[in-house]
Amino acid sequence: MNGGGEAEERSLWEEAVMAASLFAVDPVGLGGIAVASKYGPVRDSWMDFLRSIVPGWAPFRKLPLYAADERLFGGLDLAATLAHGKPVAERGLLAEMDRGFLVIPSAERMESGLASRLGLVIDAHAVHVEREAASMMHPARFGVIALDESEAGDDETPPAALLERLGLRIDLTDVTWRDVCLSDTTLEEIEAAQARLPNVAVPDKIIAGLVSAAVSFGIQTLRAPVFAVRAARASAALAGRDEANEEDAGLAAMLVLAPRATRMPEPMEDQAPPEPPPPEPQDDKEEDGKGGGESGENETAPDDDKALTDMIIAAAAAAMPKEMLVKAAAKPFRVPPSAPMGKAGAERTNAARGRPAGVRRGMPKPGSPLSLLETLRAAAPWQKIRKSMLEKAANTGRIDRIEVRSDDFRIKRLKARSQTATIFAVDASGSAAMQRLAETKGAVELLLAECYIRRDQVALVAFRGTRAEILLPPTRSLTRAKRSLAALAGGGGTPLASGIDAAGALAINIRRRGISPLIVVLTDGKANIAADGKPGRERAQNDANTAGRRLRAEGIATILVDTSPRPQAQAEKLAQEMAARYVPMPYANAAAISKAAKMAAKG
Amino acid sequence: MTRPVYPFSAIVGQDELKLALIISAIDPSIGGVLAFGDRGTGKSTTVRALAALLPPVRAVRDCRFNCDPDGSNLCEECREKLREGEKLVARFIRVPVVDLPLGATEDRVVGALDLEKALTRGEKAFETGLLARANRGFLYIDEVNLLEDFLVDLLLDVAASGENVVEREGMSLRHPARFVLIGSGNPEEGELRPQLLDRFGLSVEVRTPQDLASRIEVVRRRDGFERDPHGFAAAWRGENRKLRRKVATARARVNLIVVPDSILEDSAKLCLALGTDGLRGELTLMRAARALAAYEGAETVTQKHLKSIAPSALRHRLRRDPLDEAGSSVRVDMALEKAFSA
Repeated sequence: MNGGGEAEERSLWEEAVMAASLFAVDPVGLGGIAVASKYGPVRDSWMDFLRSIVPGWAPFRKLPLYAADERLFGGLDLAATLAHGKPVAERGLLAEMDRGFLVIPSAERMESGLASRLGLVIDAHAVHVEREAASMMHPARFGVIALDESEAGDDETPPAALLERLGLRIDLTDVTWRDVCLSDTTLEEIEAAQARLPNVAVPDKIIAGLVSAAVSFGIQTLRAPVFAVRAARASAALAGRDEANEEDAGLAAMLVLAPRATRMPEPMEDQAPPEPPPPEPQDDKEEDGKGGGESGENETAPDDDKALTDMIIAAAAAAMPKEMLVKAAAKPFRVPPSAPMGKAGAERTNAARGRPAGVRRGMPKPGSPLSLLETLRAAAPWQKIRKSMLEKAANTGRIDRIEVRSDDFRIKRLKARSQTATIFAVDASGSAAMQRLAETKGAVELLLAECYIRRDQVALVAFRGTRAEILLPPTRSLTRAKRSLAALAGGGGTPLASGIDAAGALAINIRRRGISPLIVVLTDGKANIAADGKPGRERAQNDANTAGRRLRAEGIATILVDTSPRPQAQAEKLAQEMAARYVPMPYANAAAISKAAKMAAKG
Repeated sequence: MTRPVYPFSAIVGQDELKLALIISAIDPSIGGVLAFGDRGTGKSTTVRALAALLPPVRAVRDCRFNCDPDGSNLCEECREKLREGEKLVARFIRVPVVDLPLGATEDRVVGALDLEKALTRGEKAFETGLLARANRGFLYIDEVNLLEDFLVDLLLDVAASGENVVEREGMSLRHPARFVLIGSGNPEEGELRPQLLDRFGLSVEVRTPQDLASRIEVVRRRDGFERDPHGFAAAWRGENRKLRRKVATARARVNLIVVPDSILEDSAKLCLALGTDGLRGELTLMRAARALAAYEGAETVTQKHLKSIAPSALRHRLRRDPLDEAGSSVRVDMALEKAFSA
C-alpha cells in the first residue's frame, strides 16, 4: 500500500488519465488498453474521460461476451438470404467497429479461442471471414478497452492472446474516489496530436533505450517495445513536439513496459521464486528504488545509451507498485483460464465443435447450423400449394422464389467428441515432499504425456501449507503443464480437505462445460490441516473424509494414488469415502496409474 | 487495403523460418512448414511476407482451380475443354497465398452447394472453397493449433493427396488441390496432435532474437515500416527482387541436382539414430537438402546441406518424451554430431 507515498510522482489516477490520452491519440497503433478495476465510480469517471476525448462519431460499443461468432465476425444473414433468394452476407460487430472503440467487459472471462481470433483481427486491422457461403474481408481498425474485473485472489486473468495485443495497461483498483480529478485534456488537443503524429520522429537512441529496458524487465515479446515506441510517439505528439524525448520514453516505459515486467532489472532478481512469497507490507524501502544500483549487466548497449536506458528503467520501476513487482516475480507465467465458466459459454463451446450427426427439424441458432439442402428438400413438396396461396392472397404476378417457411428449417446436429479433463491434485506437503514429491512429479509427467496423446485437458491443483491452489487451469498445453509442475516446491502441512475441495470445485466447473472431469489425488493421506486452515490431525482427517464424501455425492470419477512408501490405512479409508479407485504407489508405476485412470474415465 | 506487406528481406533474424519457407517454395512436395513459437516473435509477419517472393506461374485462364495448362493434374472443367478439342489459354498469375481464418466452416474450406443457384433456380452447382483457391499455392493457417481437429485432419489429408474430394449436400466431385500448408501457432495455447505434427514437412521453433542489437533493429524497422509503409517497401524492393530471382532459379534447377548415394546413406543413418518412424522423414530430409543445394547454387547435395536442414526436417518427428526438458532440437543436434563425427 504505497499509493499516496510519492508526492511529486504522478498519482495512479493521473497515470490512468495519461494512458487514456495516449490511447485516444493512437487507438489502433497502441492496440488497446487493459483496465484492471471493479465496476464503480472510479472506472466510470475514467471511461467518461476517455469518451470525452474521442470523437462523437466514433463507434463505442460493448462486445457481448457470449455473442455468436457470426455476429462478431460476420457471416450469412439468414433472413435476408431467404428473402432475396441469394446469399446475403452480414457484416459482424467487429467490422462495424472500424475507426471506433471496442469495450470488452469482464475480459477475464473471455474464452481463449475467441481471444486468439480477436487477436488476429487486431493484428490484421481487418476481419476475414469464410463461413457458410460468406467470404469477405472488411477493414476493422479499432482500439480495445478490456475491462479486467477479476478478483485479487482468483486465477482469472484476461487471455494472454488478448493482453499481448493491448499496448497499455492501467490498474484502477487502488484509486480512491478522492484521487479522481477532472483532466483538462480536450478532444481538440487529441485531434491536434493525431494530426502531428505521423511526423513525430522517434530517435534511434530512444528506440534502443526502450528495447533495452524491455529486456531488463524480462519481457520476451517484441510487441511490447514496439508499443512503447508508439506510446512515446503519441506522448510527444500530445506535448506538441516533433521528436520524442526522454520524458516520452519514460512515460511509455511506465505505461507499456512496467505492467509487463516479469522481473526486476537487477541481476539477482532475475530468478523468479517458484512460490508466491507472502506480501511484505512493512518493507517500505525498495531495494530497487533508485534503479541506479545495477551495473554493467546490460548486454551490449553502448555506453552513452546506457544512461538513457537506466533512466527509462528507473521511470518505469518508480511507477511499479511494490505488490506488482512481487506478483510479477511470483508468476512468471501468468496463465489465463482456458475457458469461461458461464452457462451460455458452455452451450456454445460444445455446439460449435464436432462432426455432423444427422439432421432434425428446428430453428437454426449458434451450434445448430441450418442444413440448407435438407431445408429445401423439406420445402419442395409444398411449393405449388404455397405459391397458389400466396398468389391468391396478394394477387400479384409470378413469384419465382422458393417459399421456405420456418417449419421447413432443418438443422444439423453436431456430435462433439466427448472430452476429458484430468485434474491432478498433488500433495506437496512436507510429509509427502521429503520422500515422494519427485516420484509423484514423475508419475504426473508420465500421465501428462498420456493425456497429451489423447488430447485431454489437464489441470494441476497443489495443496500444502494451509491451503490449496490451482497451479494450472485446464489446458491442453503440455509445455505449460510441465512448467508449472517443475516450479512446484514442497513443504508445509497437509491441507488435504482443501485440496480435495479445490479439485472438486474445478471438476464441477469443468463438467458444467460439458467436459468429463477425472480427479487424480496423489497423497499419502496424512492430513494435518483442517478445512479452515487450522492445524489438528484428527479434525483434518475428518474434514478430508467429508470432502471426499462430497466428491462421491457429486459423482465425480476419482483415483487416489497413495504416495507413501507403504500403503496407508487413512489413504485407503479416504479412497473408500470418495468412492475412488485406490492405487498404492509402491506397486503402481505410471502405467498402472494410467490404466486405472482409463478405467475410471470409462466407468 | 493498399497497405503493403512487410518485406520478406527486411525481416531481422528468423533465419531458420525464412530458409524453411524458401525451401518449401522451391520444392512444394516437401510438404509445408510448421512455425511454432511464443507470442510476438513475428511468425505471421514472416509467413505473410513470403507471397512477394514467389515467381508468377502459368495457369489456365478463367479456371477456378488455377490449373497448370502444361500439367497433367487438371480439373474436370479443363479436361472437358480438352476433350472438346478446345485449347487451354494460359496466363501468368501470382502464386496464390490463401489465408484460412480461424472459425472457417467446412463448407467454405472444401466448397459447397452454391446457395444462390440453389435458391433461385433450384440448381445443384458447386461453389468452390478455399482449397480450390489455394491449388498450386500456399494455404496459411495462423494459430493452426486452435483449428478444429477435424479441419486439420481434412487439410492434411488433402495436402497429402493433392485432391479435394467433396461429398456433401448431395454433391459428389473432386478437384485438384495441391498446396503447401503453412501453419503457425503458440504452443502455450495448446499443442498440435502428435499425429498431425509429422505430416508437416519442415518445422521451425521460432524465438525472438536474443541479442539486444537485433531486437533494437526489429523494433526500429517495424517503426520505419509503420511510419511510411510504401517508402519502406520501396526501399527493400531491390532486395526482395534479388531473392525472388534466386528462388525462381533454384526452382528451375532443383530437379537437376545430384543426390549422391552417400548422402542417402547419411540421411538413413541419421533417421535411424533418431528413431523417426516411417520413410517420410528420410524423404523430406533428402528433398529439403536438394532444394537447399539448388538455392545455394550447388550442383550436388553435400553433407553440409543435409546437416543444416536436418533440424527443420526431423525435430517434429521424434517420439515425444515429456520428461525430456532439453527438447527435440537438442536431440537432433546430438544425433547429427554423432552421425557425422566419424
